[in-house]
Amino acid sequence: MRAATLNPTLDRRSFLRFSALTGGGLLLGCYLGRAGAFAAGVGQPTAGTLGDFAPNLFIRISPAGVVTIVAHKPEVGQGISTSLPMIVAEELDVDWSAVKIDAGKYDPAYGNQRSGGSNSTPTNYDRLRQMGATARMMLVEAAAQTWGVPAADCTTAAGFVIHAASNRRAGYGALVAKAITLPVPSANTVALKDPANFKLIGTRVGGYQNEQIVTGKALFGLDQKIPGMLYAVYEKCPVFGGKVAGANLETIRTLPGVKQAFLLEGTTDLLGLMPGVAILADSTWAAFSARNQLEVQWDEGPRANDSSAEFDRRATEIGSKMEGGAVLRDNGDATAALAGAAKIIEAAYSYPFLSHTTLEPQNTLAHVQGDRVEIWSPTRSPGDGASLVSRTLGIPMANIKVNVARSGGAFGRRADADFMVEAVAISQKAGMPVKLTWTRAQDMQHDHYRQGGHHFLKAGLDASGKLIAWQNHFVTYGRMSPGRGGGATLNPGSGGGLDGDQVPATFVPNYRAMQSLMECAIPVGPWRAPGNNSSGYVVQSFIDELAVAAGADPLRFQLDLFNAPVPASAGRGGRGGGGGGLSAVRARAILQLAAEKAGWGKIFPKGQGAGIAFHSCFGGYVSYVAEVTVSRAGELKVDRVVAAVDIGRQIVNLSGAEAQVQGSIMDALSTAWYQEAILEKGSMVKSNFADYPLLRMPQAPAKIEVHFLRSDNNPTGLGEPPFPALAPAVANAIFAATGKRLRQLPWSKTDLSWS
Amino acid sequence: MSQYTLNVNGQSRSVDVAPETPLLWVLRDSLDLVGTKFGCGIGQCGACTVHLNGTPTRGCITPISAVGSQRVTTIEGLAANPAQLHPLQQAWIEQDVPQCGYCQAGQIMTAAALLRDKPQPTDADIDSAMAGNLCRCATYVRIRSGIHRAAELAAANGGAR
Repeated sequence: MRAATLNPTLDRRSFLRFSALTGGGLLLGCYLGRAGAFAAGVGQPTAGTLGDFAPNLFIRISPAGVVTIVAHKPEVGQGISTSLPMIVAEELDVDWSAVKIDAGKYDPAYGNQRSGGSNSTPTNYDRLRQMGATARMMLVEAAAQTWGVPAADCTTAAGFVIHAASNRRAGYGALVAKAITLPVPSANTVALKDPANFKLIGTRVGGYQNEQIVTGKALFGLDQKIPGMLYAVYEKCPVFGGKVAGANLETIRTLPGVKQAFLLEGTTDLLGLMPGVAILADSTWAAFSARNQLEVQWDEGPRANDSSAEFDRRATEIGSKMEGGAVLRDNGDATAALAGAAKIIEAAYSYPFLSHTTLEPQNTLAHVQGDRVEIWSPTRSPGDGASLVSRTLGIPMANIKVNVARSGGAFGRRADADFMVEAVAISQKAGMPVKLTWTRAQDMQHDHYRQGGHHFLKAGLDASGKLIAWQNHFVTYGRMSPGRGGGATLNPGSGGGLDGDQVPATFVPNYRAMQSLMECAIPVGPWRAPGNNSSGYVVQSFIDELAVAAGADPLRFQLDLFNAPVPASAGRGGRGGGGGGLSAVRARAILQLAAEKAGWGKIFPKGQGAGIAFHSCFGGYVSYVAEVTVSRAGELKVDRVVAAVDIGRQIVNLSGAEAQVQGSIMDALSTAWYQEAILEKGSMVKSNFADYPLLRMPQAPAKIEVHFLRSDNNPTGLGEPPFPALAPAVANAIFAATGKRLRQLPWSKTDLSWS
Repeated sequence: MSQYTLNVNGQSRSVDVAPETPLLWVLRDSLDLVGTKFGCGIGQCGACTVHLNGTPTRGCITPISAVGSQRVTTIEGLAANPAQLHPLQQAWIEQDVPQCGYCQAGQIMTAAALLRDKPQPTDADIDSAMAGNLCRCATYVRIRSGIHRAAELAAANGGAR
C-alpha cells in the first residue's frame, strides 16, 4: 500500500463534501449530521483520529485497525449499548472482542436518541446493518483497488479483507488510508448479509461494560464529578403543585459544609421545574444533613386534601353506572346482548399508582457558564432533557451539551427531565458546577408515577359458554391541559388511556368501553409498558374468570376467542395502536407454545395451581404459564414460570433478550405482589424500600424458562412486551390453587390463606 | 470535622469529615471510590455493601467514627490484583449477570462473604444470604447461577478468598 501522505484534515473535508453530494438518503442524512456535529463540537475528532476511516456517524476505524462503534441509545440496563453495535459489527464483519464501544454522546445527528417504547431495535435494525455493510463494502473496494482484483472476488472475515485466489489478506486498519478516498455508496445499493451467515447476531454476548461494572469502574450518573463542583439537594413541596412561601435559609447557611442556600421560583409544570429550596454543600452528606434542618413554609395550593382513599371511593361511585364517560368503542349492542345472555359475570378491578424506584436515585451534574451549560445526566432521552432545559431556563439548544451517563435503571423514568432542569437551574443561580442528588424519599415522593385506575367490567356468555358481550367502564385520572380548541380539557396522563382496540375488542360482537377521568395533580409518566402494564392484568384476569364461568379450560377459551375475530367493518370508535394490529395467528401460536412447553393441563393438589395469560404490546407477543404453591397460611411461592416470546425472526443478543424476559417476569411479580404508592393529604406517603417493598431473592421464582418463537416478522424490542402478561398468569394460578380471585393490586392486600 | 485514618483496600487513607458521616459518602465523595453505590440511605437495599474486617456492612448507615482501624474492602479492592478477578467477578462476566449494573457491586460484596463462609452454597443458602440486596432489574436468577458458577471457579482455583 502507498503511504498515507494526504493531509488528513483536508482529506476528510473533501470526503464530507463529496458524500453530501452523492450519498443516498440514509447516508446523506448521516453525513449532514456529521457536518452538524463538527459545528456543535460534539464528536469532533481529536488529532489522533483525523486519519480514521469514518464512512458514517456510527463507525470509526483507525489506521492501527481499532474499530470503534457508536452506541447512540442511552443504556438503562436494557442492553441496547451492546446489542445495537452488535448489528453494525455483524455487517462490518469484525471480531466483537476487538470492537470499542463509544457511548454517551448526545447529538441530534444520530437521529432519535430516546431509549423507549421498545423501539430502539425495530427502528435501528435495518439502518445499522446498512451502516456496517457500507463500511465493509468500501473496505473491500479499497483492497480490490490496491490489489488490482475485482471486488467481487474478495471476501471478509473478522476484520480482514481476503482475496483467496492470490492468498492475500489485509487488515481493515491497513485499508483505512485507501478507503478514506472512496465515495460512499448509497445505502440501498449495499448488499446485506444473508442472516443464515450471521456470526454475531443471535449469539450470547455479555454487556460491553460488564467488567467495569463488576470491578466498580463503570460510571453512572451519580458517579460523575468535575473539579470545583458543589453537592446539592433540592426540596420541593410535598403537595404536588405547591410553592415555597419561606424557609430558614439563614440558619441553613450556617450549617457545616453548606456553601449556598436559596429558593427557586420554578414553574407550574408538574413534570418540569417545580418551586423549591436548594442547598449546596461541599459533600453529599453535608447537603443531606442540612436538609434535615430545613424548615419550609409551604403554600400547598388547592390539592392539599387529595387522597387515594377518596379517589377510590369516587371511582367506585362513577364506575357503578355505565354512563357519563367518553365512549372509547361501541360495537354491536352490549346492553341488549347482556340482557339476553345466559350468564353474566361482573367484576371490579383496581390498581394503584406506582413509583419507578430506579435503584440509582435521580441526579444530574450541571455546569452553567454564561449562556452555556454542560450536563452529565442519567437520562434516557437527552434531547427531551435539553429541550426542557432550553425552554425553562432560556439557554439556547445549541449551547446545551449533554453527556449521557449510564443509568441505574429506568423502567419508564428518566425520559422526563425534571431532575436535569433542577440541576441546571441550581447551577445557573449558584454560578458553580453542581451535582444534584435526590434522596430515596424524594425519589419516591416526587416521581412521575404510573397512574392508578379502576375497571368496572361486565360480560355475557351464551348458553354454550361463548363470550357474546363485554362492557367496561374504565375510571382513571386526568389533568387539565390545553386542548385543540384552545381551552383546557381533562386528559389522561401517560398510560392512562385505553386503546379502543384493546383485547378483546375486536373479538367480541357486542363490546362497549367507556372512560371517565378524575382530575388530580399527581405527576405521571411512562412506566414500563405504559397502559399495557395495567390493562393487560385486568383483561387477562377477567378472561380467566370468564373461562371459569363457562366451565372451559382457560387456554381453550382464549384460543377460541382469538379464533373468531369480529370483521373490521363492525368496529366503531376503535383506534390503532397496541391492540389494533393484533395478529390472532401470532396470539394463538404463542399461547400454544407456552402451554406446550409448560405441559399445560397438569392436575395439581389444592394449594397448587397453574395459570396462563397472554399479552401483545410494542409489536411483541408473549404468553406465560405460571405454577404456584400457596400454603394454607396464605404464603405464596412461584414455583415455575414458562415464557413464550415472539419478537420476530431475529433475536439480536440472546443473552440480553433472555435477561429482559427474566427481569420482566420478576419486575412484574414484584409490582403486582407488593407495590403501591399512596396519596394522603395531597402527598405521596411511601418513602423508602421499608414501606415500598420490592421483590427480593427468596421470592424469586425457583424456575424460569424462556422460549423464543422465531416467527417471520420484523424484529421488535423486548424491554416492555414481556411485562404485562406475567402478573395475570400468576394471579390465575393463585385462583387455581386457592379459589381466590385477585382483583385488587397489589396482592399483598389480600389474605391468600385457605382451608 | 475530625481527622480519620482509614485502612481502605490495603492502603492507609486520611480524611477530614464530620464524625457522623457515613462510610459510603467518605468513600464516594472524599476518596473517589464510587463503585460503592447509594440506593436508599437506610440500610434497606444493600447497594452500599462493603466489608469491614471481611464482614458485609452497610456503608450508608455506618458512621465513619465507628470504622476505626477495621479493614475496609470495597468492590475496587475485592480482586487480589487487577489481572486476577475474584471468581464472582469472573462468573458475573461469564454469565452476563448485570442489567443496569447499579446494585451489582453490593451483590458481589455480599456474595463474596457467603462464598468465603460457605464455599458450596445451596440455593437456600444463597436466598438467605442475598435477601438484603435489592436488584431493581431483578437479575436474581443470574445472581443465583453466578454464585454457583463462582463456587465452581473458586474450587478449581483452590477456594475463594
